[in-house]
Amino acid sequence: MAYDAILAESVMITGHGSDPIEAYAARPLDSAPRGGVIVIHHMPGYDAGTKEITRTFAVHGYNAVCPNLYWREAPGAAPDDAAATARAQGGVPDERFVGDAAGAMTYLKNLSNSNGKVASIGYCSGGRHSWLANGSLPLDAGIVCYGAFIIGETPEGMPPRENLAHLAATQSGPVLGLFGNDDKYPTPEQVDELERLLKDAGKPYEFQRYDGAGHAFFNVDRASYRPEAAMDAWGKIWTFLEQSLAG
Amino acid sequence: MCTYLTELLPIAGSGKGPAQWLRVTDASVYVDHPVHAMAGHTVNIDLRNPAQGPAARVALELHPTAARDLAEAILRSLDAVPEAVLAAG
Repeated sequence: MAYDAILAESVMITGHGSDPIEAYAARPLDSAPRGGVIVIHHMPGYDAGTKEITRTFAVHGYNAVCPNLYWREAPGAAPDDAAATARAQGGVPDERFVGDAAGAMTYLKNLSNSNGKVASIGYCSGGRHSWLANGSLPLDAGIVCYGAFIIGETPEGMPPRENLAHLAATQSGPVLGLFGNDDKYPTPEQVDELERLLKDAGKPYEFQRYDGAGHAFFNVDRASYRPEAAMDAWGKIWTFLEQSLAG
Repeated sequence: MCTYLTELLPIAGSGKGPAQWLRVTDASVYVDHPVHAMAGHTVNIDLRNPAQGPAARVALELHPTAARDLAEAILRSLDAVPEAVLAAG
């Protein structure tokens, strides 16, 4: 029988501006060298579903850590209350996110079983964040799951999000993009544009688009869940990480 | 998608929170992904008292039609009451 124990726990890491922030960490308990994954939660927060995803990476042999991006606004609060508070205070500035992701990267690299390689993954608003992390930090891979507002203009009346097209040229690791063709944010046309930007920049990437799936097709707690797309996409993630984070 | 759009306004009144009644001082209204309602997007209303911390919150996630029906019912209720009653506090 293979030894498959993992440890999952809340830890404190050093985030942007040297602020201590909470994070949820999970890792295999054997001593083999492991790549690391920064799991970026969606806008509804640092919730049970995102923690489950973090543990899933550990089960599959990776060290993983999910920083609580709302810790400063609502330390110790329930994830939905924290998300409501952070939203009322204007949300997470991009610069602060990058600092928190850098702290998560450092945490993973400093683990005794780290092989020195780290990837990011995020869903929804976290998909945009994953693009931002892989374009701003020395990561080895970035996984973008239906990230909205990476490129394109935000609709009139909505707070503008910075267009991150310019980060195509600075993506430090290969990019895996997972999208639903029924999604409106991003639209299939925006996914085409994102792909063109990566191609023009000469960056390695792999995009997978699913028919019959829209936004949040990974989310098992939502009506948007599309098991066929999600199961295939998880397979793509494992193959991609095996190639990108090999020691 | 996450809309990032949020209407914020000061309010006065009370709401029943997870543990007990609380004075509510601030409201957030936004259309975005719900935490609990079975829909892609809902009208989310947070009635909060930030001075008492993040948990001092009464939350609603309403389907768009329900939110509009509720808003119209609130306005009808207000319109049906003589101004003097409202002014009396």
